[in-house]
Amino acid sequence: MTTAISISGLVKNFGRTRALDGLDLSVAAGEVHGFLGPNGSGKTTTIRILLGLLRADAGQASLLGGDPWNDAVELHRRLAYVPGEVNLWPNLSGGEVIDLFGALRGGLDPKRRSELLERFDLDPSKKCRTYSKGNRQKVAVVAAFASDVELFILDEPTSGLDPLMESVFQDCVNELMQDGRTVLLSSHVLAEVEALCDRVSIIRLGQTVESGTLAELRHLTRTFISVEAVRPITGLAELPGVHDLLVDGAHARFDVDTAEIGRTLRHLTQFDVSSLTSTPPTLEELFLRHYGDELAREQEAMETTA
Amino acid sequence: MTAFTGTWRLVRLALRRDRIQLPIWLVSLILIEAATVSSIVGLYPDEEERLNLAITSANSPVSLMTNGLVSGSSLGATTMTQGLAVLGLGVAFMSTLAVIRHTRQNEETGRAEMIGAGIVGRHANLTAALIVVAGANVVFALLAALTLIGNDLPVASSVLAGASLGFVGIAFAAIAAVTAQISETSRGANGMAAAAIGLAFLLRAVGDVAGKTVEGGTKTISAWPSWLSPIGWSQQTRAYDDDNWWVFGIFVVTVVGLVGLAFELTAHRDVGAGMRAVRPGATTAPPGLLSPLGLAWRLQRGVLFGWAVAMLVLGATYGGVGDEIADMVSDSDEMADLIERLGGAGTLTESYFATTLAFGGIAASGYAIQTLLRMRAEEAAMRVEPVLATSVSRTRWMWSHIVIAMLGVTALVVLMGLSTGLTYGLVIGDVGGQVPPLVGAALVQVPAALALAGLAVAAFGLLPHRAVAIAWTGFALCLLMGQLGAILDLPQAVLNLSPFTHLPAAPADDVVATPLIMLLVVAAALLATGMAAFRRRDVAQG
Repeated sequence: MTTAISISGLVKNFGRTRALDGLDLSVAAGEVHGFLGPNGSGKTTTIRILLGLLRADAGQASLLGGDPWNDAVELHRRLAYVPGEVNLWPNLSGGEVIDLFGALRGGLDPKRRSELLERFDLDPSKKCRTYSKGNRQKVAVVAAFASDVELFILDEPTSGLDPLMESVFQDCVNELMQDGRTVLLSSHVLAEVEALCDRVSIIRLGQTVESGTLAELRHLTRTFISVEAVRPITGLAELPGVHDLLVDGAHARFDVDTAEIGRTLRHLTQFDVSSLTSTPPTLEELFLRHYGDELAREQEAMETTA
Repeated sequence: MTAFTGTWRLVRLALRRDRIQLPIWLVSLILIEAATVSSIVGLYPDEEERLNLAITSANSPVSLMTNGLVSGSSLGATTMTQGLAVLGLGVAFMSTLAVIRHTRQNEETGRAEMIGAGIVGRHANLTAALIVVAGANVVFALLAALTLIGNDLPVASSVLAGASLGFVGIAFAAIAAVTAQISETSRGANGMAAAAIGLAFLLRAVGDVAGKTVEGGTKTISAWPSWLSPIGWSQQTRAYDDDNWWVFGIFVVTVVGLVGLAFELTAHRDVGAGMRAVRPGATTAPPGLLSPLGLAWRLQRGVLFGWAVAMLVLGATYGGVGDEIADMVSDSDEMADLIERLGGAGTLTESYFATTLAFGGIAASGYAIQTLLRMRAEEAAMRVEPVLATSVSRTRWMWSHIVIAMLGVTALVVLMGLSTGLTYGLVIGDVGGQVPPLVGAALVQVPAALALAGLAVAAFGLLPHRAVAIAWTGFALCLLMGQLGAILDLPQAVLNLSPFTHLPAAPADDVVATPLIMLLVVAAALLATGMAAFRRRDVAQG
């Protein structure tokens, strides 16, 4: 397995604000990597450093085996980028912009271009000033996906797209993956990341707080279980890893640490289980767990001011 | 809710946004005025000297063109003629830029949409902008009058003089209110307003040069073109001479008419739209667009074409009245003697063309600055990021804009030399003999214009957030030194800061290579500094 992106201890300051504070990120070639974090956590700053638009203050970053700052031009032939906020030249048409970016990147496939225009339902003859936010996003996405490159860096690419277009986008990313391309997908649409990504890195306040496959990350979280037994259920509270327990005679609902599921199920069987549903943790919950304390604090602050 | 609901709130918003910019404009203009006035009062205490100066100015096409009409030889009248024409241009630009900043720029950036969704009437935005700018001009007029009074000039005439400048600003604010409705971009609206200012200056220049001199050579009766120009009207008030208060009537009627037109246009268009419908574009890009240079050319060509038309008109106008000078001189040998001593080594007509072409050179450097600052605009609007994220290096991206600016400057001065030579040649029946020397003399301006352009590139590289202010301040200082350097009696060391000071006055003087080469070296050094700095720094948003 070769590494497409490798970042360690990355630091970037803007004046007195520390945007990145020792960030780590590793993306293997051929994977779709989710890059998750709330607004202002440093996703876009990281991407700008990877693109050689910003210079890091400390730490290492390597992109497709090269240095993002010094080898920018050579590296950019091998990647395509969709910015989070797409600003285009108001007096150029969408079609012209797509061709321009294709050419500046080193060529684009005209067949793929027209196929993508159709799939994204984009009129290339309109001037960019008349496009809505979503349509500007589509221009950037079509320009990127029509390029024959190894790496796609997508910064919240579906912001502004409607659900139908989001699903077209997901299909396209899946095709790229089957084709062996690498994708770094920054997002806070968790469903999208869950549907597309092999691995995710969660960042917060400029630091990586969690990184791994979805399975690995789920391992760190809890599964919700609702169980119906013939005999009244006892002794669950004493088991390690069981949380938020509600027992009502032969019925119980609780969260259990994913690592403790086996032991818990063995305990339950002695009460003669008649029905059991288990809900695996969503990325949403994973995310909330990392930001939960922050949310709780905010809520508290709101209550005190109220 | 009426069409004007929310106006006062928007006035306060505009004042808050302009709390630094407008005071800087006002203070700079008043400082220039104060320096000019006290300098003239100090230089010409003697009635006889002033009389000589008035006669010379009234008979010098160069003075009539750049300073305007002469109306008597009193201390106040001398001040008006020698120093205050350039201030009219200053207040005009202050006003058009401010009106468009608070109208079309708001629409272009989408801010007007958020404002319009509040409890705000349809006309509130434009009304607020006009109130703020009119207020700034009233403040300017009062301060200008106080400065004149402070120099012991007659009170009533000083108030008239201040008001005549304030009205220039208000008239151009009204013109900008209309251009802001017509163009969809603030760049376009500013361009149209600047063209109107240029046209007003030119009409006045033509009218004054083509006018008659009466009352023993101390009073210019301007020809009709001067009466088509707000800058002309401000001079026709003839402060400290006739004190024509009635001229303000023309201002009032014009301003009311233009503002009414602007409101009418606002009522007939959508927020964010211009007066022209957007046509569909090409579905695929022409091959010429598909490179950084192709993109830069596409973004910059409109500006160049606009300037090309302006330079052609400017050159043709100056060339067309060039023959008048010979007529004036033949009237009096004594006069020719005097003017020739003031004008330089060559013939009088050649000194005249040296002045007009030098003005063209400064104008061309304005084009270069506008073109080069587009790099900053692209960066601030984050349009440069996706381009630099392709296999385009920063150096190549910068070069594509710099090449257009350098070739554009050269093309513009050549056009001006060409049109000057053609019209003058046609008038005197010697096209072949006039075009080559005038084009050559125009080309002499290029190194100085490039040096000033280099400042814009260096500022873009080193201080991107300040680049716009630095480059235009540099331009304004060079323009001022050219127009007022002699009157202000500035030390040579200060004048030397302007690259244009170092140019030989071609075609009147011989062209020496050394200063031109030095200026090119300075330009190259500034360009290299700017490019090296941009390669090393972060791409910085607005």
